[in-house]
Amino acid sequence: MASAAPAKTMPWVEKYRPRRMDDVAHQDEAVRALKKAMETGNLPHLLFYGPPGTGKTSTIHAAAAELYGPTLVKKLKMELNASDERGIQVVREKIKNFASGVVGSSAAVADADGKMHAAPAFKLIILDEADSLTSAAQTALRRTMEVHSKVTRFCLICNYVSRIIEPLVSRCAVFRFKPLAPEAMRSRLQHIAEGEKLVLAEATYDALLRISHGDMRKAITTMQSGAALFGGDLSPAQVIEAAGELPDPMADRILNVVAKTDFRQVQTAAKDTALSGYSMAAVVDKLFDRVVGAADMSDLVKAGMLERLARASRAVAEGCDEHLHMLDLLLAMQRCQHGWVVPTDSDPDAGEL
Amino acid sequence: MLWVDKHRPTSLDKMDYHKDLSSRLSSLAAHGEIPHLMFFGPAGAGKKTRVMATLRALFGAGVEKMRLNHRSFKTPTNRTLEITTVSSNYHVEINPSDVGSGDRFVVQEVIKEMAQSGSMAAAASVRGLASTPSAAGSEEASSSSSSSSSSSSSSAAAAAAGAAAAGSSRGGRATFKVVVLTDVDRLSREAQAALRRTMELYTSSCRIILICESASRVIEPVRSRCLALRIAAPTQPEIMNVLDAVAKKEGVELPKAFAAKLSRASERNLRRAVLMLEASKISNYPFTPAQMPQTMDWQRYIEALAGDIAGAQSPGSLLAARGKLYSLLINCVPADVILRTLCHCLCTRAPNDFARHQIVSWATAMEGRLRAGSKEIFHLEAFVARAMQVLKGVALQMAELQAASAAAAPAASV
Ligand SMILES: Nc1ncnc2c1ncn2[C@@H]1O[C@H](COP(=O)(O)OP(=O)(O)OP(=O)(O)O)[C@@H](O)[C@H]1O
Ligand SMILES: [Mg+2]
Repeated sequence: MASAAPAKTMPWVEKYRPRRMDDVAHQDEAVRALKKAMETGNLPHLLFYGPPGTGKTSTIHAAAAELYGPTLVKKLKMELNASDERGIQVVREKIKNFASGVVGSSAAVADADGKMHAAPAFKLIILDEADSLTSAAQTALRRTMEVHSKVTRFCLICNYVSRIIEPLVSRCAVFRFKPLAPEAMRSRLQHIAEGEKLVLAEATYDALLRISHGDMRKAITTMQSGAALFGGDLSPAQVIEAAGELPDPMADRILNVVAKTDFRQVQTAAKDTALSGYSMAAVVDKLFDRVVGAADMSDLVKAGMLERLARASRAVAEGCDEHLHMLDLLLAMQRCQHGWVVPTDSDPDAGEL
Repeated sequence: MLWVDKHRPTSLDKMDYHKDLSSRLSSLAAHGEIPHLMFFGPAGAGKKTRVMATLRALFGAGVEKMRLNHRSFKTPTNRTLEITTVSSNYHVEINPSDVGSGDRFVVQEVIKEMAQSGSMAAAASVRGLASTPSAAGSEEASSSSSSSSSSSSSSAAAAAAGAAAAGSSRGGRATFKVVVLTDVDRLSREAQAALRRTMELYTSSCRIILICESASRVIEPVRSRCLALRIAAPTQPEIMNVLDAVAKKEGVELPKAFAAKLSRASERNLRRAVLMLEASKISNYPFTPAQMPQTMDWQRYIEALAGDIAGAQSPGSLLAARGKLYSLLINCVPADVILRTLCHCLCTRAPNDFARHQIVSWATAMEGRLRAGSKEIFHLEAFVARAMQVLKGVALQMAELQAASAAAAPAASV
């Protein structure tokens, strides 16, 4: 696993993954509650949820390492994630095998880290990416959790708590992992930069924070890639490029042609945007920001455009043809801008399904 | 061999355009170390070419000694999945969407396999046994599944020896293997979700390179694990330069004006441009000033269809259009390409913007249904019907206006 690799070939996200719970930034609530529970030896089943790159996986692995110590952890922790075979049968079987066999019989052991680790009375099963478990598998899990609850604790991890069935949620202590606050991210990034002997401008940190929206992993990956590609004089514009965001000049051009009355120009702009490779999601995000902040548009025009952007965003999520939808979006925005109406705007057949 | 393949540049410093990106990729590879990468950009922009050149910069010429394997995997539910992989001793390339719903399983198997053989190569090279690991790795890879490898084991061994030599000349710096996944925008959600933890767990021995057209279709948690590299389509002058270079290498006289026509017709798709150049050369050479680029048959067919639709809107012409749509589908032109192209051609022919806006709306609406539904012909035909309705409406309106102004004119002169 990761620990065997020479440090050189390690992405920073792994190299600087929090090893101890105290290293986890900005998730004080979850960390405090976990520590408390571990001290009292009274650990409930856990459910962590929150957006990508906020420390869910890191926290539980750090907790397990502190709880069991480096030797026992191999025996007492099991992880199942979306890459594993997770049919009901397989999950049940794996959990059964893992849970069988006694725990806590061995006395406290002095471990390689020099600390004493009292063998706790339970094993830990981490179900990472639990939101990709089918609801049939989740239903089966209810029973499994109960059967083995004497000797095991479960930790379910997911991005969307709404994808976990209610009976499972109610069996767990639920912790929400928040997007990281700017200050927390900045100091973590600076800590890593120090370790890597990298000096970056303040404005570059600002850009990193802005593009990552609280996703620590995205910030770290972008910083490492940027440093590898551009070196220490990584500029804010290059950060934006590395993050794949639509740059302002391109958004300017789109808004300009939309404000004119010519079809052909909109068509060319849509095509150029698509051919430049920017994803439609990036285009929609950027235009959304720009329309909301536009000083020279009436509220009515803005409302119309935002409605169109919302529709486009849904189409993107459904995996639409981006060339066609880009053109349609820009034309619809042009109509909003000029107060034009065509029959398809009010025809339910031409609207969303 | 087709010109597109024959003249594909193999090293980063020979890339004809996006020179900035190429030099950045070289400096990345010079570290002997890459993060997971995601190359995204439109079709024919040269994503694959750049990926291969990056691999070459990392591992040396050994990556070009590739073999084709027909592999079959057995899932735990006893389904057999067949897939063709292309691999060298340093990387393996698969297009997981080829196996449809079993993609998650295949991707995981291939990555695990590579991660294991990768760490063996790394461990052995530390011990100074540089020539054995890759051969052992690849043999294990092919025997661990019931595969029928198309390459003989001796050629694999030879390739391994050559590769090992190349590797040691580079100081054997890159100790990981690379899994290249193409068309990831067509990878199921399930398979994408499975990539998340895998990308973290195997980072020490295995890097993943994702290739896709649309970054939007790759889930956010996977994107946040990669360095994303945008590959824009080359501009028309850039395409003309490449065409010029290809023509020179083939000893073909290519007038500037014709190169310009080709690059315009290619819609900034370099692969298409070079294919058209070759096809045009076959159909008529030396090139004449009046010559039109040899476009694809299906393109011309759709253009003609748009002409029919713009020419007459009636139940009869709708029926005729259906026949043509069927023959396009039978010839394996994807329905979304038909829809997009037809929409484009109709916009060119429509009499005014009022019609164009509506045609695009209808095309977009039908695209949604095409994706959701199963019978493609229904939605294509519905689009044609709607386009006819729009065109007819506009024509009637214009006729009315004309009649009104004709009626108004004599009245005014009185
Ligand atoms: N709270 C945090 N404090 C410090 N580093 C963090 C934090 N959250 C994330 N990171 C960094 O981001 C990387 C990814 O974090 P982690 O794997 O815990 O995210 P996750 O919440 O499990 O995300 P996902 O939902 O995508 O699985 C870590 O290796 C670490 O470098
Ligand atoms: Mg995680």
